[in-house]
Amino acid sequence: MSQLAEDVAARAASDPTYDGLRLSGLTKSFGGGFTAVDALDLDVPKGSFFALLGPSGCGKTTTLRMVAGLETPTSGSIVLGGNDITYAKPYRRPVNTVFQSYALFPHLDIFENVAFGLRRRKSAQVKEKVEQMLELVELTEQSRKKPAQLSGGQQQRVALARALINEPEVLLLDEPLGALDLKLRRAMQIEIKRIQTEVQQTFIHVTHDQEEAMTMADTVAVMNAGVIEQMGAPAELYENPRSTFVANFLGQSNLISGTVVSRAADVVTVEMHGIQVSVPTGRTHVDGDQGWVGIRPEKVLLGEPGEQLDAPGNTIPGGVITDVSFVGVSTQYLVRMPWGQELQIFEQNTGRRRMFASGEKVELSWRPEYAFLLDQSQDATAGAQRDGQ
Amino acid sequence: MSGLSRWVREHLVLMLGLLVLVYTFVPIFVVVGMSFNDPGGRNVYQFGSFTLDNWRDPCGPDDLCSSLLTSIQIGLLATLVATVLGTLAAFALVRHDFAGRSASNLLIFLPMAAPEIVLGSSLLALFVASGFAGQLGFWTILIAHVMFCLSFVVVTVRARLAGMDDDLEQAAMDLYATPGQTFWRVTFPLVLPGILGAALLSFSLSFDDFIITNLNSGNTTTFPMYVYGQERVGVPMQVNVVGTLMFVVSILLVLGSEVRNRRRAPA
Repeated sequence: MSQLAEDVAARAASDPTYDGLRLSGLTKSFGGGFTAVDALDLDVPKGSFFALLGPSGCGKTTTLRMVAGLETPTSGSIVLGGNDITYAKPYRRPVNTVFQSYALFPHLDIFENVAFGLRRRKSAQVKEKVEQMLELVELTEQSRKKPAQLSGGQQQRVALARALINEPEVLLLDEPLGALDLKLRRAMQIEIKRIQTEVQQTFIHVTHDQEEAMTMADTVAVMNAGVIEQMGAPAELYENPRSTFVANFLGQSNLISGTVVSRAADVVTVEMHGIQVSVPTGRTHVDGDQGWVGIRPEKVLLGEPGEQLDAPGNTIPGGVITDVSFVGVSTQYLVRMPWGQELQIFEQNTGRRRMFASGEKVELSWRPEYAFLLDQSQDATAGAQRDGQ
Repeated sequence: MSGLSRWVREHLVLMLGLLVLVYTFVPIFVVVGMSFNDPGGRNVYQFGSFTLDNWRDPCGPDDLCSSLLTSIQIGLLATLVATVLGTLAAFALVRHDFAGRSASNLLIFLPMAAPEIVLGSSLLALFVASGFAGQLGFWTILIAHVMFCLSFVVVTVRARLAGMDDDLEQAAMDLYATPGQTFWRVTFPLVLPGILGAALLSFSLSFDDFIITNLNSGNTTTFPMYVYGQERVGVPMQVNVVGTLMFVVSILLVLGSEVRNRRRAPA
């Protein structure tokens, strides 16, 4: 038995009464040796709003489909509320899905679409339940229309209602807002969050949109190449990323190459291009001494050379502004450092100071508690979004 | 003058369209008109005087109605067999991956592409070679009709199936429908229009067919063969009654499905 299999068995045996959804060593390989999901371990607590976030092809949708029963795992197990459902048929699982394409039945009206699951299970009071559900998603007026007669946002709500009415133990949402325009998407994000708070069921939301994941979910798992890179509350992931992928995929990060020169109990000192900066020990995620010092663009303060900045500890002189973009709420600067790297800095438009112009010399500074340190064996551009989404 | 040319330009497409319609409908109206014809003399292709006699006694001429009945029986049976087999084949071709699938997909076109006379004579050769020369008749016609209807059914149903999102079936299963329920509640209703279209097409192909039937019919006479046979002695006017009835029935079928569709999806 492999170490992994033993771990899995131990974990499953240790707590058979876990009432959430537990994926253990879940693996899906396709023909041709491609592994979409690689020994995934994941606990989703009951009643939580959980987001699986990752770029397309990272395995998040395959994971979702295995939970729904639409894909059979190559190995591993799926346990829901203490019941092993790894190989259960999709129609025997207390799990429902909101499909990316909505997959509404075109030959049935809205009422019958929503009633479909109840009718299959010979539920009592179908009419009352459907009417109640249609009220929840504000579609009472449309109940006798066909899906094709509704707008995209309305269809989305039908898909949600059709899944939700079955009171699944887990509701799976597969990029449910992908087909909507930005404004509608924002409205639906709030709407879905509201419904989740109301019904208190477990929601697993798959998305490639980091903002959507952070806005909606209590817990976000960032997935990359079939494995989970990091999991936690949105703020925790954003403020203290443990890999370059997470640092770049969730928002933007400046990653500066550095070497650890000393380690104290609560702070690590790193030298980067001749300048020493400190990083709290809890924010260092390096194996050796080589690392990437990471700092979010909005955490960096800009000042004229010699100016006193409110950020004791880490000051880096010698920057030259190379690009200025005014975006209204903030100004985004690109600053070329003496070692040739361009760093990104966002300055909030408080009106307290003038804007810098391209070509001006500046100094950078940041509070040590905002910096983080990542392992240099990782690609500094992993997870960066080239098209600036 | 410029007013006229402008009028012509603006209505050109409309006029062309009307002309095409006239071109299509004139033969049908001739049939309808002829069904009320009392030719009087020998020349049955001229309108003599108006009469309802043909309509009062459509089965008057010997063998007309028995050949019609044969055609309808063969048509219905061939439609039933070809639609069931063709639908199953279409499902297999679209939904399952098996050795020889792409070859089957291609070969299914062959009966549509091959000239009817070739199909008919080769089929006859096959029947004779396998010792059925004495049994040519109703059943050999039926076998021949099923054969050429089959490819049309497969192609029609396959197109409908291929255009169907398989998310729908997954959604049904996700919503507690067993495979059986998924098929009857989701897949079948969605494919049904394709199947019905294929069945209608099969019936009209079978009902119409002359060439292949003629070669494989033995002593059995279908309606097209009857009409062809009467050509030499003068086609009885009742043939036009049958023609008109067929036209009316197909128009009613089309109107019926249109009304059904409108009611299903009110604007």
